[in-house]
Amino acid sequence: MNLSDPRSFTIATARSALDRRELSSTELTRAMLDRIACAEPALHALLEVTEARALADAAAADARLGRGETGPLLGIPVVLKDIFATRGIVTTCGSRILEGFRPPYDSDAAERLARAGSVLVGKANLDEFAMGSSNENSAYGSTRNPWDLERVPGGSSGGSAAAVAAGECLASLGTDTGGSIRLPASFCGLVGLKPTYGRVSRYGVIAYASSLDQVGPFAWTVEDIAAVLGVIAGHDPRDSTSVPRGVPDYTAALTGDVRGLRIGIPREYFADGIAPDVEGATRSAIRLLESQGAQLVEIGLPHTEYAIATYYLVATAEASSNLARYDGVRFGLRRASSGDSLIDMYRQTRDAGFGPEVKRRILLGTYALSAGYCDAYYLKALQVRTLIRRDFLQAFEQCDVIAAPTAPTTAFRLGEKVSDPLAMYLSDIFTTSVNLAGLPGLSLPCGADTAGLPIGLQIIAPAFAEEVALRVGDAYQRATEWHLRRPAEITGLVSGKVA
Amino acid sequence: MPVSLKDVDHIALLARLGLTEDERASLRDDLESILGYIGKLQALDTTGIEATAHVIDLHTPPRDDVVRNPQDADAMLANAPDRDRSYLRVPKIIE
Repeated sequence: MNLSDPRSFTIATARSALDRRELSSTELTRAMLDRIACAEPALHALLEVTEARALADAAAADARLGRGETGPLLGIPVVLKDIFATRGIVTTCGSRILEGFRPPYDSDAAERLARAGSVLVGKANLDEFAMGSSNENSAYGSTRNPWDLERVPGGSSGGSAAAVAAGECLASLGTDTGGSIRLPASFCGLVGLKPTYGRVSRYGVIAYASSLDQVGPFAWTVEDIAAVLGVIAGHDPRDSTSVPRGVPDYTAALTGDVRGLRIGIPREYFADGIAPDVEGATRSAIRLLESQGAQLVEIGLPHTEYAIATYYLVATAEASSNLARYDGVRFGLRRASSGDSLIDMYRQTRDAGFGPEVKRRILLGTYALSAGYCDAYYLKALQVRTLIRRDFLQAFEQCDVIAAPTAPTTAFRLGEKVSDPLAMYLSDIFTTSVNLAGLPGLSLPCGADTAGLPIGLQIIAPAFAEEVALRVGDAYQRATEWHLRRPAEITGLVSGKVA
Repeated sequence: MPVSLKDVDHIALLARLGLTEDERASLRDDLESILGYIGKLQALDTTGIEATAHVIDLHTPPRDDVVRNPQDADAMLANAPDRDRSYLRVPKIIE
């Protein structure tokens, strides 16, 4: 461990150094802030650096540590995706329509992280309203991938992933509606978890598609993910979809033992279109789990090919309703000329405030819900959602978890897919079904392609069985070293020019 | 599934979205291509399959009937783009 390179820390190693008083939270936080100052001009992972708040949080954590207190995240620097409401701290969700918006309250996840004594160092960049797979839809400019600054970090929680991968924090939170945690985790060589729908409160999380959105963490190791999940999970009466159910000890579940565990291999996830490097790395990761005593079972998820179409109808229909609140009346941007009607004001405000992908999805969702098309599109999608969910319920009669690639490729180049929305949507081909079925999905690094870019292995578990997915991922990390790889130092240069 | 500019205008009005000329044309093309892809769902027979709008069976739970006033009105209104004391000002809506 070395303070001049904060990427050498994990939560676990920082935890023991903090508890032994060999390191203070203030020292650790200053190292992260130095790293932010150095990397951000090239990386652009953060929309807001909360330096004063971070140093105050760190001082408070040091006082608690000095009194002999400890806790999983006490004194640990973290970043929140800029979709989480943070009281008094600008929260834009990557949109012009919320430029300068300072929420009057904190999201549940922000409250829980603060209560646990973590240190908030910044708010992360994202695709506008979490709509995107590359972070190129942010109204405030793209985030770069720390492994290759010419490539995307994945989306929509790309800033949260890039911030951890570049050593700007030790963990971050994102949200995952169709793959928005798992895809960036895969592209940035991190562990990312989308918990079961209802496991973590959505209170204060700016809504995209409410029946699919779920909050989850990024970190270097499965062990660290278990620590964060234990802090953010749990019932919140302010979110009526938060499930009143006890929170297991996720860390205690990491026994390293997968003997006898049945791992389902879905044949539809190893079909055409998957990059050979990705298929090879995923298959060898699965073989390693088998050598550790797991039992492999071939399974079918026959409705997989309908998942993207179903997702883009359900998600956009919900988005068209959720985003109706941006009307220029109560908060956010307003555009109007004198003599304008109320409807003119709405239309001008929303034209000026929303970017192209948000408009595209609002239009698609409005179309799917409009008179004459609702049954053919929206209702049809809800029926196919039932079939997709049933596929998983039937598969889990034969296996305990499912292992598959997280994404069909490694990180693509900036600009490569921006002009083709459909090609961009297909990046989520292995992740959207999990949201439609409401299940937990873990992505962890399991290899690198010929260019050295990280490859992600996805472990899908039954509802509220996060600890089983985490146990499998942790067993894998005990036997391998992919989670120890780090990207090269970021020098502040992009394409030979200072960014 | 052909989409006309007239369709785009109709949907944009329903969605309260203003669009520039360029946006109208490009969104028409995008919608047509995305709806073409989504059309693959029509090939699937879903007769008798129930709809899943939500994966968890939750009811809207009532909270305890206790008076609470957790948010300060001024703080809630502080982000309003046009306000007069505790009122939000909007364009005239009644002729």
